Amino acid sequence: MKLIIAFIKPFKLEQVRDSLKIAGVSGMSVNDISGFGRQGGQTEVYRGAEYEVEFVPKVRLEVIVTDELAGPTVAAIETAAHTGEIGDGKIVVVPVEDVVRIRTGERGADAI
Amino acid sequence: MDTGDAAWVLTSSALVLFMTPGLALFYGGMDRTRNVLNMLMMNFWCLLVIPILWVVVGYSLAQSGDGALLGNLDMAFLRGLGITGEDGGSGLLTVAFLGMFAVITPALISGAVADRMKFSAWAIFAPAWLLLVFVPVFKWVYGGWIGDRGALDFAGGTAIHVNAGIAALAAVLVLGRRRGWPSQGHPPHSMPLVMMGTGILWFGWFGFNAGSALAANGQAIQAFMNTFLAAAAAGLSWGFVEKFRDGHFTNLGVASGIVAGLVAITPGAGFVAGMSPIWIGLATGIICCYAVGLKNRAGYDDALDVVGVHFVGGLVGSLAIGLFADPAFFGGEFMAGSFYGGGLDLLGAQALGNAATIVYSFAVTALIMLALKATIGVRVSDDVENSGLDLAEHAEAAYSTGSASLAGH
Repeated sequence: MKLIIAFIKPFKLEQVRDSLKIAGVSGMSVNDISGFGRQGGQTEVYRGAEYEVEFVPKVRLEVIVTDELAGPTVAAIETAAHTGEIGDGKIVVVPVEDVVRIRTGERGADAI
Repeated sequence: MDTGDAAWVLTSSALVLFMTPGLALFYGGMDRTRNVLNMLMMNFWCLLVIPILWVVVGYSLAQSGDGALLGNLDMAFLRGLGITGEDGGSGLLTVAFLGMFAVITPALISGAVADRMKFSAWAIFAPAWLLLVFVPVFKWVYGGWIGDRGALDFAGGTAIHVNAGIAALAAVLVLGRRRGWPSQGHPPHSMPLVMMGTGILWFGWFGFNAGSALAANGQAIQAFMNTFLAAAAAGLSWGFVEKFRDGHFTNLGVASGIVAGLVAITPGAGFVAGMSPIWIGLATGIICCYAVGLKNRAGYDDALDVVGVHFVGGLVGSLAIGLFADPAFFGGEFMAGSFYGGGLDLLGAQALGNAATIVYSFAVTALIMLALKATIGVRVSDDVENSGLDLAEHAEAAYSTGSASLAGH
């Protein structure tokens, strides 16, 4: 099993969600976050004074999938979140030791 | 009194009251999330304490009697202001109408001292400033020595905006800079609040200016038109200065321009006509847009630009009367401006009235602030300034929509 964490542009969330559903992903968690990468911050101007906003808004999403589904999931996010502009984000894949469904007590891949 | 006049001035009074919450939103949106409630409360504090002070002694000292410098106490505690006498309550109505102006004038100063003034110090400053600065200057302009020299101030350019604007400068010089200013930016937290506040101010300002005719008459109609046009023109010119200078047509630029235009047309609203409000507005938007940059060069931390907008806008508008006053249009008994055959006499009277107001207001405001600094202190601690005044001074938070379960909501 894999935990897939993706940092994407906020306006790409709907497309990513739709692609993940088509790829067969059954659930996901989403957070609004702020951060910076190579894109850096953004500049705002108020009454002629420039302000560097160091952290820009991003969306962080987490998906847990079986090993077989990991490749298609990464590919779905990569395609749907892509604009080619700086700041498109990152995808991280982490191995998962175990998963428990709290309601039934199922373990492992059955709990996904 | 005439029922039409009474209806209009009553309506105008309510419109002017609405300006103080509008100002609170205008300032509050420009403030940061952790200080927005403190900003709102500084304004609402004026709505609580000034009306009472006004009827107890403020109005009487500001208006009754023939004194050139100060009124007397004949109308203290609303003495002699009834509704069954000959005036039918018009005296009482004037107390209410002018009371709304008394509320908003100290509130204007709150924008300059934002983010760092102790609420207890503000709670004393606002009423003290009203009695020691607003009341005498109001008397000088409306029934005292400045008015006697022919200087004009229809709805409060000198008495309100120049007065509060220069007081804001004195206050921040005693108070000191916000931590981190100017190296660290303090951008507005909510531009929609600023725009809504601007709309409320413009709406209320029709009562402020057109209501100052104290009658439902032609002068009120022209004051209304002037208020309409000057604000639009100033919003336009400020917006375009930013567009050409900085590259973008900004919401804050437009909002600032509208307010600056409203400030500038206030003193002349009942004395200028035709296209004059457009020229006054266009000039004000340009001048004030550059004036807000002065604080960075001079090093005084006027947080939300009370000096650049209210002091400079009020002064520009007040001096502009010396050029644009048109007694023929109004069939009035006042001096004509230079562009209407009046020479320089009116301009001189305007300059003198404003100069006296600037010197007096600056000096007495500084003394009030120094007295507060020496006794209860005027600044919050560094920790409070860093963590925000909302929580420390009011035990409230403006926004708790972020993580509902963690915030306990």
